[in-house]
Amino acid sequence: MKILTETNTKKLDHTILAETERWIESVVKKSLQRVPERKKRFKTLSDIPIKALYNPNDIPNWDYLKDMGFPGEYPFLRGAQPTSYRARLWTMRMFAGMGTAKETNERFKYLIKNGQTGLSTAFHLPTLYGYESGSPMSAGEIGKEGVAIDTLADMEALYDGIDLGKISTSMTINAPASILLAMYIAVGEKQGVPMDKLTGTTQNDILKEYQAQKSYIYPPEPSMRLIVDTIEFCTKHVPKWNTISISGYHIREAGSTAVQELAFTLGNGLAYVEAGIARGLDVDDFAPRLSFFFNAHNNFFEEIAKYRAARRIWARHMKEVYHAKDPRSWRLRFHTQTAGVALTAQEPYNNIIRVTMQALAAVLGGTQSLHTNSFDEALALPSEEAVKIALRTQQVIAHETGVADTIDPLGGSYFVEWLTDKMEEETEAYFAKIKEFGKGSMLEGAYVGIRNNFYQREIANASYQYQKEIESKEQIQVCVNAFKVEDVSNKKPDLLKITEEVGVQQVESLAEVKRTRDATKAQACLDMIREKAQTKENLMPYILDAVKAYCSIGEIVDVFRDVFGVYREESIF
Amino acid sequence: MDRKIRLIVAKPGLDGHDRGAKVISRGLRDAGFEVIYTGLHQTPEDIVQSVIQEDPDALLLSILSGAHPVLLPEIMKQLKANEIDDILVLGGGIIPEEDFPALKEVGVEAVFGPGTKIQEIADFIRANLKR
Repeated sequence: MKILTETNTKKLDHTILAETERWIESVVKKSLQRVPERKKRFKTLSDIPIKALYNPNDIPNWDYLKDMGFPGEYPFLRGAQPTSYRARLWTMRMFAGMGTAKETNERFKYLIKNGQTGLSTAFHLPTLYGYESGSPMSAGEIGKEGVAIDTLADMEALYDGIDLGKISTSMTINAPASILLAMYIAVGEKQGVPMDKLTGTTQNDILKEYQAQKSYIYPPEPSMRLIVDTIEFCTKHVPKWNTISISGYHIREAGSTAVQELAFTLGNGLAYVEAGIARGLDVDDFAPRLSFFFNAHNNFFEEIAKYRAARRIWARHMKEVYHAKDPRSWRLRFHTQTAGVALTAQEPYNNIIRVTMQALAAVLGGTQSLHTNSFDEALALPSEEAVKIALRTQQVIAHETGVADTIDPLGGSYFVEWLTDKMEEETEAYFAKIKEFGKGSMLEGAYVGIRNNFYQREIANASYQYQKEIESKEQIQVCVNAFKVEDVSNKKPDLLKITEEVGVQQVESLAEVKRTRDATKAQACLDMIREKAQTKENLMPYILDAVKAYCSIGEIVDVFRDVFGVYREESIF
Repeated sequence: MDRKIRLIVAKPGLDGHDRGAKVISRGLRDAGFEVIYTGLHQTPEDIVQSVIQEDPDALLLSILSGAHPVLLPEIMKQLKANEIDDILVLGGGIIPEEDFPALKEVGVEAVFGPGTKIQEIADFIRANLKR
């Protein structure tokens, strides 16, 4: 890769250089005198300045075989798979979850009926924070931002009638990830699907919680122990499971730039690799099951460059720095979701167009799976109609546009290659900083960066900058700060409403589970978890026993809160 | 010289979406207000305690989780129980328009949704202070 090698001996093509100068002096300047450029400065959302035109001198020393290579091979710039979408389209995986398990199960079946090819589960906030639905902390939150799950009984209802041996499932769950994974394994078992046949992903990425999404429970170190427990357990028993989905999505939604999203996410990935190695695992035993999750925002080419750069950076670090030998450890696979923050509440139907462009960027960047947001999500959880349009958007891109017929179609564009290099260079600069915090360790660097608010401050600064650009109209948002009309004819969409009744039902059904379970057995399981949490033993088998005894997520997390303590962040803005 | 107008920006409930709250805190500070940001995961009790301790002129509640029909009235109820009735209370975040009247009824003076300019909020606060 260029930036690590002979950058000091840039071989520029002097004929092109001279001709470019001639073109600017004798042609462009004249034209600009007649019509000046629209903006003083053209830039990406990461504040990377963009020139009017790119040529071979912008990618000097370009070595096709070394810098780009072939899809499915090191350095994976052109794609994770050798055949890309010519063999298999990306997985259309719509994030869904609302109300009770039964309601979400209906939504899942609706999506599958309409051609969705993978499941993705959104849990409500009490589940994400490990509170029972009856807890005072859960007041007003039950079923609102996702599906209410308390015990295995809810998980059984959630996946009822869906063959877990045939479909892959992603679960957006972090602090309590090991518990939800255990529940999924238990549901599989009840369906007759052994755990070594289960396919799917737990997000299980706690570092970005402290940095951006904020659904942490315990301090970073015990959280990391739980994550490594799942990695170790899955490596042995659930070999097809993606143990962590290292997520830039939330970092970006919290306000970061594309470069920060890329750098912090891959930096976190390397931190997990170090944590696995520190447990005594061989890097090639677990690294192939790490997966990634990125945002698809508005600046089209910057997003595409981001995905391409991500693959090459990951490959290089895994091979050169962590000495992985298995090519699957070098290969970065990722899911993409279009940017929630880019949706507008004003004239919401315009969001369909934004989502289409963002989804196209993800596809041109080679995503393995994709969630397209629904147009009504700046207003509420998506309605069935809105979700269907979002899924149809993917199907149109996949089957009608032809963009999936050749691999990495923008590869070789002077601009895209230059931008890919540029993002890689800026990511390396962030890596150097994080490594410095950690005195050579990315894992320690991540802990230090979290505790001294480095990430939080970087993200807050970027989001404030973005807001100022919107308010000064340097960034245009259609119908927010430009082209606004008081138009009453724009039909208001019918929004989904989760009533407080859901909360009442959920609290009752949890009480029913507790009444009918074997209370002595449940208590014994919780006691065992408490005992083992204080040792270094892998907790997964004990968590599995507890969920099968219908212990609630809240009960298990309460034990961990007792043993590990809770994390509080200093509030900066 | 008048003292600065004092604001509390709070995040009720489990909602972790703090981008808006932070951007608004900073924007209002730059616009000349004194801003106290409570941080995340505040129960109604926590928020009312902060109000009692800090005695702000206005309380800004940012919520995107959909828990507003329960949490916001609860906060208003507890403010009333503590005889706090001279502060301006505003809501922000993802709150559907159809919920505005019910919030107004319990004393949430106005709700600012996505796309609002910070200047607009600043002007509203200055024009509507209750003391």
